[in-house]
Amino acid sequence: MKKLFAMLLVVAMVLSLAACGSSNSASTTGGDTAATNNDASTTTPADSATTDSGAAIKLGGTGPLTGGAAIYGMAAKHGAEIAVDEINALGGIQFELKYEDDAHDAEKAVNAYNTLKDWGMQISLGSVTSTPAAATSAKNFEDRIFALTPSASSTAVIEGKDNVYQMCFTDPNQGSASAQYIFEQKLATKVAIIWKNDDVYSKGIHDTFISKAGELGLEVVSDTTFTSDSQTDFSVQLTEAQKDGADLVFLPIYYDAASLILTQASTKGYAPKFFGVDGMDGILTVEGFDASLAEGVMLLTPFSADATDDLTVNFVGKYNDAYGETPNQFAADAYDCIYAIYNACTAAGVTSAMSAEVTNDLMIAQFTSMTFDGLTGDGVTWDASGAVSKSPKGMIIENGAYVGMD
Amino acid sequence: MTFLTYVISGISLGSVYAIIALGYTMVYGIAKMLNFAHGDVIMVGAYVCFFATSRFGLNPVIGVLLAMFVCTILGMVIERLAYKPLRQAPSLAVLITAIGISYFLQNAAQLLWTSNPKTYTSVVGNGALQLAGGQLPISYVTIVTIVACVAIMVGLTTFTSKTKMGKAMRACSEDKGAAQLMGINVNTTISVTFAIGSALAAIAGVLLCSAYPILTPTTGSMPGIKAFTAAVFGGIGSVPGAFLGGILLGIIEIFAKAYISTQLSDAIVFAVLIVVLLVKPTGLLGKPVSEKV
Repeated sequence: MKKLFAMLLVVAMVLSLAACGSSNSASTTGGDTAATNNDASTTTPADSATTDSGAAIKLGGTGPLTGGAAIYGMAAKHGAEIAVDEINALGGIQFELKYEDDAHDAEKAVNAYNTLKDWGMQISLGSVTSTPAAATSAKNFEDRIFALTPSASSTAVIEGKDNVYQMCFTDPNQGSASAQYIFEQKLATKVAIIWKNDDVYSKGIHDTFISKAGELGLEVVSDTTFTSDSQTDFSVQLTEAQKDGADLVFLPIYYDAASLILTQASTKGYAPKFFGVDGMDGILTVEGFDASLAEGVMLLTPFSADATDDLTVNFVGKYNDAYGETPNQFAADAYDCIYAIYNACTAAGVTSAMSAEVTNDLMIAQFTSMTFDGLTGDGVTWDASGAVSKSPKGMIIENGAYVGMD
Repeated sequence: MTFLTYVISGISLGSVYAIIALGYTMVYGIAKMLNFAHGDVIMVGAYVCFFATSRFGLNPVIGVLLAMFVCTILGMVIERLAYKPLRQAPSLAVLITAIGISYFLQNAAQLLWTSNPKTYTSVVGNGALQLAGGQLPISYVTIVTIVACVAIMVGLTTFTSKTKMGKAMRACSEDKGAAQLMGINVNTTISVTFAIGSALAAIAGVLLCSAYPILTPTTGSMPGIKAFTAAVFGGIGSVPGAFLGGILLGIIEIFAKAYISTQLSDAIVFAVLIVVLLVKPTGLLGKPVSEKV
């Protein structure tokens, strides 16, 4: 009986971890075993990306390379590697890139950041996901190491830090832009939202969407949530949306859950318009996904792998050759980060001999004044807060491919 | 009508919990250990079937059999390498080892198959049985899952009560030392238990991913924990209890979402569990435990 009691206690502990740790628990623990022997694997790509490590500017970033969120970290790392290889092949400024694993965990991210700092990181790529990025950006600010994060979209990442910049939209920006877009294009009169309760990204977009919708007079009839622990069954959320007569369902979530929602809605015979944000990108690349389910899904995204401009075609081709998959927006954002840093370094004459602090001031001056054209937007600018200004593109999925809506 | 829709959603979700819980409870009932790696064996089974059917275009039935075969081997290897050396160790040590195995499997799957999600093609087909003029669809997966649950329950009960190996299992469950003295090979018996448990995990994995068709290396962990909860709810060690617990847990979860709050649904599910365990500490169908003096 004592043993049983002890076991129950342990079980209760495990359950409570699982219940409140939410999205972190899976990825954190997932990284435990792999994080320790990760140094070897992260240095390999950096070696290949370097032609002359003596005179190269050292770029460092942290991201979830293992664990449940690894898809985002790996995409960012791969996108950045392609850009670094291209730039080094040009022969001018040389970059040396090193990514460290943070397993989507704030504490591990700070350790990874410190490793990079000891290595001599001159410019930082911040962290890939928002929760760890909030922790590492504070260190960036403290240590005066300039950071440009590809994809950590929470406002907490840049707030009060003059040297942390974002390549992606902030969450509020996406929420209000989506509401504005739905209202202006008269896509719907009654809107339902299904969002992920334990994800700052989803919550951030949801909150601003609701307030903007209220301002515009867009009627939100159903507002339901799920967590990473209940990310399997959406029948209740969909039934409520259907019962309340929503003709558009807004999904400020990542595509893995969205693909389940689309499948279950189709089984139920419920066919509203679905509207997503940048996290929806990638849904067509899920192996085995029936693309006909995503037919007519709309999303606001800065990057589409199916665009036909030279820059995108070149990037998608190289990515496919190197990693055997289609890049998502995380990869594109990271690719743009490297080029934005490259442009800034060229304009300011940054060399590898400069200290991180000197580089930091030069980069801030550049980023507040420059305009950047990249994969994820033309005429991209930054304000002094670190937030990016670029216009999201409205996309609709037709015949299994993204088509611009405007 | 909405109410009935929710009931059916609850049964669909519950049937998935139930089929996972059967494996959990069977291994616990005989080996007296909580195999926390069960959820991850499920994930491996789902991947095997996914690759067999989607990549190599094999018949779903062959895919399921292949998944069962691979999981059986995997379960026996895990048992031999990780649990057997700890046979005499305190049960806490075995429990922690099981958690370690669980993480090992998740990370190994991620290295082998990457963390990119894969969409599962249902082995049963995506259709649904339309009741009440199409207003109450019950998906074929749910029906197959419930039929499979019942078949497994009957099979397990017959196996443990009628066959020689089944008798050996019950003997081991009661007292390993005494069973050994009676000439039962305890190690083989426990190995067979794990083999059966893992084969059941493969079936559960295929049905889980057919019902909720997204497959990642962490797919098995949360349903595994929920199913474990279901097994405790129904009385751990009891095979019909696991089924009952699973179905009830699914219905409670859906009702909590539908009528109380989508935000608090998990909290409500676990609160119900606590209340049940306070009133009936051995679970709904659990045998009362008599204290050994």
